[in-house]
Amino acid sequence: MSTPTLPLADLVREVRQTREYRRLTDAIPYTRFMGIGVENLAGEMLCRMAYAPRLIGNSLLPALHGGTLGALLESAAIFELLLQAQAERVPKVVSLTVDFLRSGKPQDTFAKALITRQGRRVANVRVEAWQDDRTRPIASAHAIFLLAEP
Amino acid sequence: MSHFTLPSDPEGRREQLSVLFSDAVPHNLALGLRLVDVGDAHATVVLPYADVLVGNPETGVLAGGAVTTLIDATSGAAVLARIGGFSAVVTLDLRIDYLRPALPRRELTARAECYKLTRMVAFVRALVHQGDPHQPVASAQGTFMRVEE
Repeated sequence: MSTPTLPLADLVREVRQTREYRRLTDAIPYTRFMGIGVENLAGEMLCRMAYAPRLIGNSLLPALHGGTLGALLESAAIFELLLQAQAERVPKVVSLTVDFLRSGKPQDTFAKALITRQGRRVANVRVEAWQDDRTRPIASAHAIFLLAEP
Repeated sequence: MSHFTLPSDPEGRREQLSVLFSDAVPHNLALGLRLVDVGDAHATVVLPYADVLVGNPETGVLAGGAVTTLIDATSGAAVLARIGGFSAVVTLDLRIDYLRPALPRRELTARAECYKLTRMVAFVRALVHQGDPHQPVASAQGTFMRVEE
Protein backbone atom coordinates (compact mmCIF):
# COMPACT_ATOMS: atom_id res chain seq x y z
CA MET A 1 0.00 0.00 0.00
CA SER A 2 1.54 3.32 -1.03
CA THR A 3 1.78 6.22 1.37
CA PRO A 4 1.22 9.74 0.05
CA THR A 5 4.46 11.25 -1.10
CA LEU A 6 3.28 14.74 -0.18
CA PRO A 7 2.42 15.83 3.35
CA LEU A 8 -1.37 15.97 3.63
CA ALA A 9 -1.47 19.78 3.89
CA ASP A 10 0.46 20.14 0.61
CA LEU A 11 -1.75 17.56 -1.07
CA VAL A 12 -4.87 19.44 0.06
CA ARG A 13 -3.46 22.71 -1.31
CA GLU A 14 -2.75 21.07 -4.68
CA VAL A 15 -6.13 19.33 -4.91
CA ARG A 16 -7.90 22.65 -4.24
CA GLN A 17 -6.33 23.93 -7.44
CA THR A 18 -6.46 20.83 -9.65
CA ARG A 19 -9.74 19.36 -8.31
CA GLU A 20 -8.22 15.89 -8.59
CA TYR A 21 -10.20 14.87 -5.50
CA ARG A 22 -9.38 11.21 -5.96
CA ARG A 23 -5.75 11.90 -5.01
CA LEU A 24 -6.90 13.14 -1.61
CA THR A 25 -9.54 10.50 -0.86
CA ASP A 26 -7.10 7.78 -1.94
CA ALA A 27 -4.49 9.16 0.48
CA ILE A 28 -6.85 8.59 3.42
CA PRO A 29 -7.07 4.84 4.15
CA TYR A 30 -10.56 4.96 5.69
CA THR A 31 -12.28 6.89 2.87
CA ARG A 32 -10.71 4.48 0.38
CA PHE A 33 -11.93 1.50 2.44
CA MET A 34 -15.45 2.96 2.61
CA GLY A 35 -15.61 3.94 -1.05
CA ILE A 36 -16.17 7.58 -0.14
CA GLY A 37 -15.21 10.05 -2.84
CA VAL A 38 -15.57 13.73 -3.66
CA GLU A 39 -17.15 14.77 -6.97
CA ASN A 40 -18.09 17.93 -8.80
CA LEU A 41 -21.63 17.50 -10.08
CA ALA A 42 -23.14 20.41 -11.99
CA GLY A 43 -20.62 22.78 -10.41
CA GLU A 44 -21.37 21.60 -6.88
CA MET A 45 -18.96 19.64 -4.68
CA LEU A 46 -20.62 16.50 -3.28
CA CYS A 47 -19.51 13.34 -1.52
CA ARG A 48 -20.51 9.94 -2.77
CA MET A 49 -20.30 6.63 -0.91
CA ALA A 50 -20.28 3.92 -3.57
CA TYR A 51 -22.42 0.95 -2.58
CA ALA A 52 -20.61 -2.25 -1.60
CA PRO A 53 -22.09 -5.29 0.21
CA ARG A 54 -19.73 -4.81 3.17
CA LEU A 55 -21.54 -1.55 4.05
CA ILE A 56 -24.73 -3.41 4.95
CA GLY A 57 -25.91 -3.28 8.58
CA ASN A 58 -29.14 -5.24 8.22
CA SER A 59 -28.99 -8.18 5.82
CA LEU A 60 -32.70 -8.92 6.03
CA LEU A 61 -33.99 -5.59 4.74
CA PRO A 62 -31.25 -5.03 3.39
CA ALA A 63 -30.14 -1.62 4.72
CA LEU A 64 -26.86 0.27 5.06
CA HIS A 65 -25.24 0.27 8.53
CA GLY A 66 -26.09 3.48 10.39
CA GLY A 67 -22.40 3.92 11.14
CA THR A 68 -21.58 4.12 7.42
CA LEU A 69 -24.02 7.02 7.05
CA GLY A 70 -22.38 8.74 10.03
CA ALA A 71 -19.02 8.18 8.34
CA LEU A 72 -20.21 9.68 5.04
CA LEU A 73 -21.72 12.74 6.79
CA GLU A 74 -18.55 13.36 8.83
CA SER A 75 -16.32 12.90 5.77
CA ALA A 76 -18.43 15.35 3.74
CA ALA A 77 -18.07 17.95 6.50
CA ILE A 78 -14.28 17.47 6.69
CA PHE A 79 -13.80 17.67 2.89
CA GLU A 80 -15.99 20.80 2.74
CA LEU A 81 -13.77 22.47 5.35
CA LEU A 82 -10.53 21.33 3.70
CA LEU A 83 -11.40 22.05 0.08
CA GLN A 84 -13.90 24.92 0.16
CA ALA A 85 -13.16 26.73 3.39
CA GLN A 86 -9.36 26.59 3.09
CA ALA A 87 -8.85 24.89 6.45
CA GLU A 88 -5.10 24.52 6.85
CA ARG A 89 -5.04 21.38 8.97
CA VAL A 90 -7.33 18.38 9.09
CA PRO A 91 -10.21 19.68 11.24
CA LYS A 92 -10.72 17.82 14.51
CA VAL A 93 -14.27 16.78 15.25
CA VAL A 94 -15.41 17.88 18.71
CA SER A 95 -19.00 16.77 18.50
CA LEU A 96 -21.16 15.02 15.92
CA THR A 97 -24.93 14.53 16.08
CA VAL A 98 -26.60 12.31 13.50
CA ASP A 99 -30.34 11.96 12.86
CA PHE A 100 -31.31 8.78 11.03
CA LEU A 101 -34.35 9.61 8.93
CA ARG A 102 -34.91 6.68 6.57
CA SER A 103 -33.20 3.35 6.05
CA GLY A 104 -30.37 3.40 3.51
CA LYS A 105 -31.00 1.21 0.50
CA PRO A 106 -28.18 -0.89 -1.00
CA GLN A 107 -27.13 1.77 -3.52
CA ASP A 108 -24.86 4.82 -3.80
CA THR A 109 -25.42 7.54 -1.20
CA PHE A 110 -24.66 11.26 -1.62
CA ALA A 111 -23.91 13.95 0.93
CA LYS A 112 -23.62 17.73 0.87
CA ALA A 113 -22.14 19.79 3.70
CA LEU A 114 -22.95 23.41 4.50
CA ILE A 115 -20.71 25.45 6.75
CA THR A 116 -23.09 27.38 8.98
CA ARG A 117 -20.39 29.29 10.80
CA GLN A 118 -16.65 29.39 10.48
CA GLY A 119 -14.58 31.21 13.05
CA ARG A 120 -10.86 31.21 13.59
CA ARG A 121 -10.90 28.19 15.89
CA VAL A 122 -14.29 26.55 15.50
CA ALA A 123 -16.55 25.66 12.59
CA ASN A 124 -20.18 24.52 12.70
CA VAL A 125 -21.28 22.35 9.79
CA ARG A 126 -24.60 20.83 8.73
CA VAL A 127 -24.73 17.85 6.38
CA GLU A 128 -27.47 15.92 4.62
CA ALA A 129 -27.31 12.51 2.92
CA TRP A 130 -29.72 11.19 0.31
CA GLN A 131 -30.06 8.48 -2.33
CA ASP A 132 -32.62 8.78 -5.18
CA ASP A 133 -34.32 11.95 -4.09
CA ARG A 134 -32.43 14.87 -2.59
CA THR A 135 -35.63 16.26 -1.06
CA ARG A 136 -36.00 13.05 0.98
CA PRO A 137 -32.76 12.86 3.01
CA ILE A 138 -31.97 9.52 4.68
CA ALA A 139 -29.71 11.05 7.36
CA SER A 140 -28.59 14.47 8.53
CA ALA A 141 -25.95 15.69 10.93
CA HIS A 142 -24.54 18.72 12.60
CA ALA A 143 -20.95 18.78 13.70
CA ILE A 144 -18.53 21.06 15.50
CA PHE A 145 -14.88 21.09 14.48
CA LEU A 146 -11.73 22.59 15.96
CA LEU A 147 -9.73 24.19 13.18
CA ALA A 148 -6.51 24.92 15.05
CA GLU A 149 -4.89 24.55 18.42
CA PRO A 150 -5.61 27.58 20.64
CA MET B 1 -37.56 -13.37 11.48
CA SER B 2 -36.70 -15.69 14.32
CA HIS B 3 -37.76 -14.73 17.80
CA PHE B 4 -35.80 -15.91 20.78
CA THR B 5 -35.03 -14.97 24.33
CA LEU B 6 -31.44 -14.45 25.46
CA PRO B 7 -30.17 -16.95 28.05
CA SER B 8 -29.63 -15.62 31.55
CA ASP B 9 -25.97 -16.62 31.96
CA PRO B 10 -23.54 -13.94 30.73
CA GLU B 11 -21.46 -16.21 28.48
CA GLY B 12 -24.60 -17.67 26.86
CA ARG B 13 -25.93 -14.18 26.23
CA ARG B 14 -22.65 -13.07 24.71
CA GLU B 15 -22.44 -16.14 22.48
CA GLN B 16 -25.99 -15.88 21.20
CA LEU B 17 -25.84 -12.14 20.59
CA SER B 18 -22.40 -12.50 18.94
CA VAL B 19 -23.89 -14.62 16.18
CA LEU B 20 -26.46 -11.94 15.38
CA PHE B 21 -23.93 -9.18 15.85
CA SER B 22 -21.44 -10.47 13.28
CA ASP B 23 -23.14 -12.91 10.92
CA ALA B 24 -26.21 -10.77 10.26
CA VAL B 25 -24.28 -7.50 10.06
CA PRO B 26 -21.72 -7.48 7.23
CA HIS B 27 -20.31 -4.06 8.15
CA ASN B 28 -19.63 -5.12 11.76
CA LEU B 29 -17.75 -8.06 10.27
CA ALA B 30 -15.89 -5.81 7.80
CA LEU B 31 -14.59 -3.68 10.70
CA GLY B 32 -13.77 -6.75 12.80
CA LEU B 33 -16.06 -5.64 15.65
CA ARG B 34 -15.98 -8.15 18.52
CA LEU B 35 -18.71 -8.40 21.13
CA VAL B 36 -16.74 -9.15 24.32
CA ASP B 37 -19.32 -8.71 27.08
CA VAL B 38 -23.12 -8.57 27.42
CA GLY B 39 -24.95 -7.78 30.65
CA ASP B 40 -28.58 -7.16 31.58
CA ALA B 41 -28.58 -3.75 29.94
CA HIS B 42 -25.07 -3.19 28.67
CA ALA B 43 -22.70 -4.42 26.00
CA THR B 44 -18.96 -4.05 25.39
CA VAL B 45 -17.46 -4.18 21.90
CA VAL B 46 -13.85 -3.95 20.67
CA LEU B 47 -12.80 -2.33 17.39
CA PRO B 48 -9.35 -3.78 16.57
CA TYR B 49 -6.76 -1.46 15.06
CA ALA B 50 -6.38 -1.84 11.28
CA ASP B 51 -4.34 0.25 8.83
CA VAL B 52 -7.31 0.54 6.43
CA LEU B 53 -9.41 2.24 9.12
CA VAL B 54 -7.01 5.15 9.71
CA GLY B 55 -8.56 8.58 9.15
CA ASN B 56 -5.41 10.68 9.08
CA PRO B 57 -2.32 8.92 7.70
CA GLU B 58 -0.10 11.44 9.48
CA THR B 59 -1.36 10.50 12.96
CA GLY B 60 -2.31 6.80 12.56
CA VAL B 61 -5.51 7.33 14.56
CA LEU B 62 -8.66 5.36 13.64
CA ALA B 63 -11.21 7.38 11.63
CA GLY B 64 -14.18 9.06 13.30
CA GLY B 65 -16.52 7.14 11.01
CA ALA B 66 -15.25 3.83 12.40
CA VAL B 67 -15.81 5.16 15.94
CA THR B 68 -19.38 6.15 15.00
CA THR B 69 -20.02 2.63 13.70
CA LEU B 70 -18.49 1.10 16.86
CA ILE B 71 -20.77 3.22 19.08
CA ASP B 72 -23.89 2.58 16.99
CA ALA B 73 -23.29 -1.18 17.01
CA THR B 74 -22.47 -1.33 20.74
CA SER B 75 -25.52 0.77 21.61
CA GLY B 76 -27.80 -1.46 19.53
CA ALA B 77 -26.43 -4.54 21.32
CA ALA B 78 -27.08 -2.87 24.71
CA VAL B 79 -30.70 -2.28 23.69
CA LEU B 80 -31.13 -5.95 22.74
CA ALA B 81 -29.53 -6.95 26.05
CA ARG B 82 -32.04 -4.78 27.92
CA ILE B 83 -34.95 -6.15 25.88
CA GLY B 84 -33.61 -9.62 26.68
CA GLY B 85 -34.20 -11.06 23.26
CA PHE B 86 -34.15 -10.29 19.62
CA SER B 87 -36.21 -7.37 18.41
CA ALA B 88 -35.77 -5.12 15.40
CA VAL B 89 -34.40 -1.77 16.58
CA VAL B 90 -33.35 1.23 14.53
CA THR B 91 -31.18 4.17 15.53
CA LEU B 92 -33.10 7.45 15.75
CA ASP B 93 -30.20 9.69 16.67
CA LEU B 94 -26.70 9.54 18.00
CA ARG B 95 -24.53 12.28 19.49
CA ILE B 96 -20.82 11.69 19.92
CA ASP B 97 -18.46 13.98 21.84
CA TYR B 98 -14.73 13.55 21.34
CA LEU B 99 -13.15 14.12 24.75
CA ARG B 100 -9.45 13.62 24.07
CA PRO B 101 -7.25 12.68 21.14
CA ALA B 102 -7.18 8.91 20.47
CA LEU B 103 -3.82 7.14 20.63
CA PRO B 104 -2.39 6.00 17.29
CA ARG B 105 -2.37 2.34 16.26
CA ARG B 106 -4.48 1.22 19.23
CA GLU B 107 -7.79 -0.66 19.42
CA LEU B 108 -10.89 1.05 20.78
CA THR B 109 -13.37 -0.39 23.30
CA ALA B 110 -16.94 0.85 23.61
CA ARG B 111 -19.25 0.14 26.54
CA ALA B 112 -22.89 1.09 26.09
CA GLU B 113 -25.71 1.04 28.62
CA CYS B 114 -29.41 1.10 27.83
CA TYR B 115 -30.53 3.04 30.91
CA LYS B 116 -34.19 3.42 29.98
CA LEU B 117 -36.52 1.36 27.85
CA THR B 118 -40.09 2.34 27.08
CA ARG B 119 -42.59 0.51 24.90
CA MET B 120 -41.28 2.30 21.80
CA VAL B 121 -37.97 4.00 22.60
CA ALA B 122 -34.65 2.95 24.14
CA PHE B 123 -32.22 5.49 25.62
CA VAL B 124 -28.52 4.64 25.55
CA ARG B 125 -25.27 6.20 26.68
CA ALA B 126 -21.82 4.96 25.78
CA LEU B 127 -18.16 5.58 26.50
CA VAL B 128 -15.19 4.71 24.30
CA HIS B 129 -11.70 4.12 25.72
CA GLN B 130 -8.34 2.67 24.77
CA GLY B 131 -7.55 0.50 27.77
CA ASP B 132 -8.41 2.72 30.72
CA PRO B 133 -12.18 3.15 31.13
CA HIS B 134 -11.54 6.17 33.35
CA GLN B 135 -9.83 8.01 30.48
CA PRO B 136 -12.52 7.90 27.77
CA VAL B 137 -11.73 9.29 24.32
CA ALA B 138 -15.39 9.71 23.41
CA SER B 139 -18.80 9.73 25.02
CA ALA B 140 -22.11 9.22 23.27
CA GLN B 141 -25.83 9.42 23.77
CA GLY B 142 -28.38 7.80 21.48
CA THR B 143 -32.04 6.94 21.08
CA PHE B 144 -33.33 3.82 19.39
CA MET B 145 -36.81 2.80 18.32
CA ARG B 146 -38.31 -0.66 18.44
CA VAL B 147 -39.98 -1.45 15.15
CA GLU B 148 -42.88 -3.87 15.01
CA GLU B 149 -42.36 -6.88 12.82
